Amino acid sequence: MTIANAHDWLNEHSDYLYRFALARLRDPHQAEDVVQETFIAAIKNAQSSENSGFAEQSSPRTWLTGILKHKIIDVMRKSVREVAASDLMNDEDANMDEFFDEKGHWADKPQAWGIPDDALEQKQFLGVLQNCMAKLPAKLATLFMLRDVQETDNEEICKELNISPTNAWVMLYRARMSIRKCLEINWLMN
Amino acid sequence: MIDCKQASQLISQSLDRRLSLRERLSLRLHTFICEYCRRFGQQLNTLRVALKRMSEHVENDTNITLPSETKARIAKSIENM
Repeated sequence: MTIANAHDWLNEHSDYLYRFALARLRDPHQAEDVVQETFIAAIKNAQSSENSGFAEQSSPRTWLTGILKHKIIDVMRKSVREVAASDLMNDEDANMDEFFDEKGHWADKPQAWGIPDDALEQKQFLGVLQNCMAKLPAKLATLFMLRDVQETDNEEICKELNISPTNAWVMLYRARMSIRKCLEINWLMN
Repeated sequence: MIDCKQASQLISQSLDRRLSLRERLSLRLHTFICEYCRRFGQQLNTLRVALKRMSEHVENDTNITLPSETKARIAKSIENM
């Protein structure tokens, strides 16, 4: 492992790693930071041992992406842990009132919609989805990202974020309910 | 008979855990007669696909690059290692 190698890696892979991080964290500054941490960790690892995680059979990109994934989860974990436990355990029923009437029926009945086939329309749809994600409280958005985009195992999420499965289900339910309502309002009204 | 509020909770949780037989049966009974909860279930699947696509768009958008100042900063910290 030489400094020259390290610069090659930076030139070849840093843009890809940045996009990968941005797609998951959505915050440019956080994404820049995890990319930097990834390179530093990778170089340290490569320098410290001959038999490092960078085995001959894996490509540098695969190896770097593996390190990056861990760094991303670290950031997500911190953002969720910063929230007080009491905040996570909001009374689920009290908070769902906006979605249902007193008889337990839908306040806003789900309408029929899907991802548009047309490229331009699809782009608009994803733009609306992105705005809806941005409106979600950070901890919910993070959990949602972990579960539905990263497809992290539920058990692992609970372990990583130090929450109970019941808490995770309640939070994911809330996140999904909010996003679908937001999409329905902002996409169908257009 | 469960209501829509309970049904929607079970639909969401079915994405995260295996429902019990009893839960599955009461949910099936409810969605059989309730088109809105059926739709809700489809929407959650759509949402999953859409979110993935949203991430892929960012991941594959080569117009998005690491800002050059950050690249320079990382290059410098590599030199100092």
